[in-house]
Amino acid sequence: MGNVIAIARRELMSYYGSFLFYVVTAAFLVITGFFFAVTVAFSRSAQVAPLFQTMYTIMLLVAPILTMRLLAEEQRTGTIELLLTSPVRDAELVLGKFLAGLGLLVSMLVLTGFYPLLLALYGNPDRGGIIGGYLGALLFGGLAIAIGLFTSSLTQNQIVAAVLSFAILLLLWVIDGLGSLVGGVVGSIATYLAVFTHFSDMTRGIVDTKDVVYFLTVIVGALFFTTWSVETRRWR
Amino acid sequence: MIQVSNLSKTYGSKTAIQGVTFDVKPGEILGFLGPNGAGKTTTMRILCGYLPPSSGKATIAGHDVFTESLEVRRKIGYLPESVPLYPEMTVEDYLLFMAQIRGVPRGRRRQRVQQVMHLCHVDDVRRTLIGRLSRGYRQRVGLAQALVHDPPVLVLDEPTVGLDPKQITDTRQLIKSLGGSHTILLSTHILPEVSMTCNRVVIINEGRVVAEDTPENLTRRLRGSERIALEVRGPADRVKAVLCAIPNVLNVEMVASNGRPRFLVDCAVGQDVREDVAAAIVNNGWGLLELHSVGMSLEEVFLKLITREEGTG
Repeated sequence: MGNVIAIARRELMSYYGSFLFYVVTAAFLVITGFFFAVTVAFSRSAQVAPLFQTMYTIMLLVAPILTMRLLAEEQRTGTIELLLTSPVRDAELVLGKFLAGLGLLVSMLVLTGFYPLLLALYGNPDRGGIIGGYLGALLFGGLAIAIGLFTSSLTQNQIVAAVLSFAILLLLWVIDGLGSLVGGVVGSIATYLAVFTHFSDMTRGIVDTKDVVYFLTVIVGALFFTTWSVETRRWR
Repeated sequence: MIQVSNLSKTYGSKTAIQGVTFDVKPGEILGFLGPNGAGKTTTMRILCGYLPPSSGKATIAGHDVFTESLEVRRKIGYLPESVPLYPEMTVEDYLLFMAQIRGVPRGRRRQRVQQVMHLCHVDDVRRTLIGRLSRGYRQRVGLAQALVHDPPVLVLDEPTVGLDPKQITDTRQLIKSLGGSHTILLSTHILPEVSMTCNRVVIINEGRVVAEDTPENLTRRLRGSERIALEVRGPADRVKAVLCAIPNVLNVEMVASNGRPRFLVDCAVGQDVREDVAAAIVNNGWGLLELHSVGMSLEEVFLKLITREEGTG
């Protein structure tokens, strides 16, 4: 566990010291803030669901940028050679990187806490919706980061990693439409796979175990494949 | 301490190393010598658990590098050829991080990092970002990183590349001082480095071990002849003819230096012809200005080995 924390900490420090992180965070806050302001101004109600839906949509774009360098950069510069020849298990390396990505996301989410706080000051927003919304952000973010980490393990090229993870996330995003179109078994599988199905309830404060299980399954699966990819990297 | 037997590695259809066998005794400094692309890095990567061997076996301190990789990695300090470092970290933070993942207990980390920074002469840049360091400093930070957990075995891939002459001397001295208490495998394509730092040499070419011995023995063994250098004041052509006539002299080569002719005389192994040469020159009334025997330098040994290998293979 010490190794996991060491790797996560090093990665976080490196991101916090980079320009990219602040640009991405600023963009994230500006866009969510804009939609928040517009929704509140026009609806004149303390709804939080639109805020979180905007947040999720933007996370779809932001997550690949945060995760693209996690492993790709180490492979490009060769620092992975030192990590893989240190007494660190491959799974510890992957978990450390995942926690670092999650840490970045959490630090961005904490900053958005300003919006619900503002609502609570002037209105009476749905507490369940806020908690559920953040839980959804965390679960969806975790999924996006796990998938991004996997694609980052496949290549030395950060851009390739980002495009790949964005493509996979987008697929999980739009596959929902396929579900209603095709119907039958294929349709219900597609609907189940779609991320949308699983976080729409959360913004209304309804947390279903089934949905939580879905996110956790994808996260664990992606981390497992990442570990496998790092292991087989030694064979390539 | 390090035992390598019949190790092979192929990348697709390309063979990187084939049937590499050698061992390193505890406390020994073994030089791993070969031209670029000979398979030095591949062998070292296998030993450190970065690459799996295609066939063959290697053990470090009794642990198999493939099946007991974690145990092996605990015992090894590795400096890769490319010296991978995190440019956005300071030297001290980087070494603390490496100490942590290499398993140095929390309470001893700062002290160990201080020690290796001092040992590798990087304490003056401890708070500098690695990305701003010169090649020489980076190389030494890389070396510090390999030493930080005080491993019994050190695997150093070209540790003096990119250093200036003073730093090279310092680094060689450091490596030499680490021998005895550490088992060291050091790769290089710089020949003097081997004779200066190593107890034993393994020469590798095109993925195969072509020779293994002490630097002195290797020189002796490969010298098919003994060689004498002399400087004579006299008519060059006649001197040469006289020298050739001496019994047991195999070959006489004339080289001009500073306008004066010098002669390199090869003679059969074990036959000391120095007295005969001196007598012949004095009897002819010429001036003998200099006479000494020369051992073949490892550089020549190396070249000879490589060309011989190419000639047969």
